[in-house]
Amino acid sequence: MAELIQALNGYPLVTRHRPWPRVELDEHGWHGLIDRLKTEYWELLALWGERETVHAALRDDGAGTIAVVSLACRDGVFASLSKVRPGAIRMERATRDLFGLTPEGLDDARPWLDHGRWPMRRPLSRDPEPRALDEPAARATDYPFLPVEGEGIHQIPVGPVHAGIIEPGHFRFHANGETVVRLEERLGYVHKGIEKLIEGRPIAEAAKLAARVSGDSTVAHSLAFSRAVEAALGVSAPPRADFLRALMAELERIANHLGDFGAICNDAAFTMIQAWASAMREEILRAAAEAFGHRLMMDCIVPGGVARDLSGAGAAAIQRVVHEIPRRFDRLVAIYDAKPSLLDRTIGTGAIGGHLVHRFAAGGFVGRGAGRSYDARQSPGYPPYGSLEFEVPVLPEGDVNARVWIRIREVRESLRLIGQILERMPDGPVSVLLPAEAGEGAALVEGFRGEIFTWVRLAAGGTVDRCFPRDPSWLQWPLLEAAIEGNIVADFPLCNKSFNCSYSGHDL
Amino acid sequence: MWSLFARSLLRGPLTERAPKPDPDALAELACAVDGAARARLGRSLSIRQVDAGSCNGCELEIHALNNPYYDIERFGFRFVASPRHADVLLVTGPVTHNMAEALVRTWRATPDPKWVIAAGDCACTGGVFAGSYACVGPVANAIPVDLHIKGCPPTPRALLEGLLALLETAAKRPGR
Ligand code: SF4
Repeated sequence: MAELIQALNGYPLVTRHRPWPRVELDEHGWHGLIDRLKTEYWELLALWGERETVHAALRDDGAGTIAVVSLACRDGVFASLSKVRPGAIRMERATRDLFGLTPEGLDDARPWLDHGRWPMRRPLSRDPEPRALDEPAARATDYPFLPVEGEGIHQIPVGPVHAGIIEPGHFRFHANGETVVRLEERLGYVHKGIEKLIEGRPIAEAAKLAARVSGDSTVAHSLAFSRAVEAALGVSAPPRADFLRALMAELERIANHLGDFGAICNDAAFTMIQAWASAMREEILRAAAEAFGHRLMMDCIVPGGVARDLSGAGAAAIQRVVHEIPRRFDRLVAIYDAKPSLLDRTIGTGAIGGHLVHRFAAGGFVGRGAGRSYDARQSPGYPPYGSLEFEVPVLPEGDVNARVWIRIREVRESLRLIGQILERMPDGPVSVLLPAEAGEGAALVEGFRGEIFTWVRLAAGGTVDRCFPRDPSWLQWPLLEAAIEGNIVADFPLCNKSFNCSYSGHDL
Repeated sequence: MWSLFARSLLRGPLTERAPKPDPDALAELACAVDGAARARLGRSLSIRQVDAGSCNGCELEIHALNNPYYDIERFGFRFVASPRHADVLLVTGPVTHNMAEALVRTWRATPDPKWVIAAGDCACTGGVFAGSYACVGPVANAIPVDLHIKGCPPTPRALLEGLLALLETAAKRPGR
């Protein structure tokens, strides 16, 4: 086994890429990398395109080191990583749709984000090709879903408009009676063109877009974007800002986990837990509004620090809820844990194997509920978590119940963290001025859903040349297809809720 | 569990008093509702929420309307699963090209009389996504809109004020 960074030795390093190295491979090197990936425990964190270049971020599972590798695509072609890292499949399909780069060796020739409805093809390439005005928009029925054969197999199409207050996407079930034989997702319905919108924008405006990649993770995405920008510029936010950022991130984690916990129980027809959990979620959001001026804390983390300092009254409001909630939360958890009718729905349902979460490098409750322990707050780690005590729960089962319990235990850990943060928060400024220099940077932060990887390239003059925010959902959505296999159709809502992938975060 | 029930009985509900209907919304709606529709709908409205490309922030706050603090069902509002059961379409997002057809078809599937509410800055103006190659823009570019509720995302209170204005307008008996 070789260490990732050492293995890349000898290839030109890009200067001003921080904090991890970026290496420019030639075709030979890229093919060599693919060969190495067959045996090495290097995880694919992200794959994204650019005009005529493809990038991939890798992490060495053992050493924890991270590197970005890039390949200039001659004739717009690059060798696909999909055979050795299946997580690459959808990212490569997206790269093909947006940049017109061709992943050679990728079996799936179908478009992914491009539904045939944008006014042009390859919108982010150097030469977008206008779609003729008289070209009929692709029909929803044109997309060829993978075929399933067998006696008595029928299809159930669901979406893009779903039955609840949720985001749009299409699910195609092949079922035999009640049993799901295959689920295939079709996503891209909420593709807003965020990557293109960010191009050329001043950093402050780009930050607003990054904050809206996925509203439920607005704090985490803002944090990832800000840290990537700060890395590119070689500056750090002041210590007090680090603590305030962590405070917001943990509040966001608790609020989302409470919402999910309630919603999962509700999908198992146990509404009372949802009523209580949603009330607690509301109390958290109100405290957040009092402390930071926005219920979801949108735009409160900005490159350089945070948008405003925490007042005494704000700190007191947060203190109050984190003091109040644990007792009530424990009572709810005791109910969950003692209701056979509820556990009967969640235990053993929607199970995924540990090998799959490792192959896809899936994080968050999906990964940690199936034995994969990565948490970006610990590895690579970022301040202030090094000076705080917390545990990262991991369970082996991989079923809905395990994902519920990861959330429960993370709520408790986050409550504990907030106590420490409020106690240890240093005084001082909450932001620094950013120099208007060029540079490249990347960041990995832990959102409630898992690791967010964001990469930026800044131009001199304080604008963003290019940004790719990789939501954890990219690596979790494919696993939902595996989780539902062999389960009954009626358990799909439960499985889906327990994954709670972001449509917007994925579709960009 | 029983102790929790007992506690909540003793403590009383968390539910708060209703806000006043938003006066701006009342004004915007005044011209939108005809007498026949009012008579048909009375004081109960079924809402079908449609995400036409939102970042999901708006959905979180619409969800919050169901929590015990706002308890939206006490006003006669209900979120329904099918547009065929709906009186109101509550639309969020900057209407992506990939969702535009689904939105229009949902609107067509909703029986008359119906209202459309554009909720959130994206739905009102396109928000931060205005001008993207992938977006149609404000909801009004795709289907007729009766009421706009601003905010990024609008708070549950703002949503409630708008919805109550709609209810008030709908429930008013025709003048004649
Ligand atoms: S208005 Fe704001 S919260 Fe709502 S969808 Fe748009 S960006 Fe998200």
